[in-house]
Amino acid sequence: MLFFAGMVVLNRNPVASALSLVVSFMALAALYVSLDAYFIGVIQILVYAGAVMVLFLFIIMLLDLKAEVRRRINFPAVCGGFVVILLFLKVLSDVCYGVFGGNAKLPPISQGPQGDAWQVGMLIFERYNLPLQVVGTLILVASIGIVILSKRELK
Amino acid sequence: MVTLNDYLMASGLLFAIGFAGVLLRRNVIIIFMALELMLNAANLSLIGFSRFYVQNGLPDYNAQVLVFFVITVAAAEVTVGLAIIVALFRARQTTHVEDISSLKF
Repeated sequence: MLFFAGMVVLNRNPVASALSLVVSFMALAALYVSLDAYFIGVIQILVYAGAVMVLFLFIIMLLDLKAEVRRRINFPAVCGGFVVILLFLKVLSDVCYGVFGGNAKLPPISQGPQGDAWQVGMLIFERYNLPLQVVGTLILVASIGIVILSKRELK
Repeated sequence: MVTLNDYLMASGLLFAIGFAGVLLRRNVIIIFMALELMLNAANLSLIGFSRFYVQNGLPDYNAQVLVFFVITVAAAEVTVGLAIIVALFRARQTTHVEDISSLKF
């Protein structure tokens, strides 16, 4: 997963980058399944590896993007970027291995007869019903916005 | 035996790779993909915490509901962002961030 995530960033060709992203998302879905989150794993494959990546590839083909030419590298910016990332990783490993008791073993679970899609569905439609409707409205607004953005002439 | 740390480190490395992509790449579409990587890193750590917080033999499904909402919002965000990129490409014929500097002071 991490290798293909790296390839997303390192590839010069946008199409190769997008295909590495698909493989990375598939591996991420496998991790979700290994964490007993089957519903989220399936959603991950359907939404990300399916819909979102088709959208990305479609836009790349539509815009007819070529592999990026090598440009002048802004050296201080690249150094700054690496410093920020290394500091982030330092803080992360400190948090994981230091103060926080994160070396817990995987506790056993018994999912019961219903399975986790049932559990997530019950929570969504009972406890989180209002957020669900808010998200639905958000998607409606987003699709209206896309239609307006894609018009030829903005008046 | 995998521990919570393994998942958290994988999630953190994924976030760092996405962060590096946003900072280092200049193609808007690649920056967008790196943003998706960062969102997924957050989702992975949420699922990990949910699996390791077991009560009555069940993982914490609130976290999984939150991941569900994050995935939904991320999909909406991708569609809007790509529409903006297409509009930008129509106006400027480029997806390179250094060629889009009209708002630069």
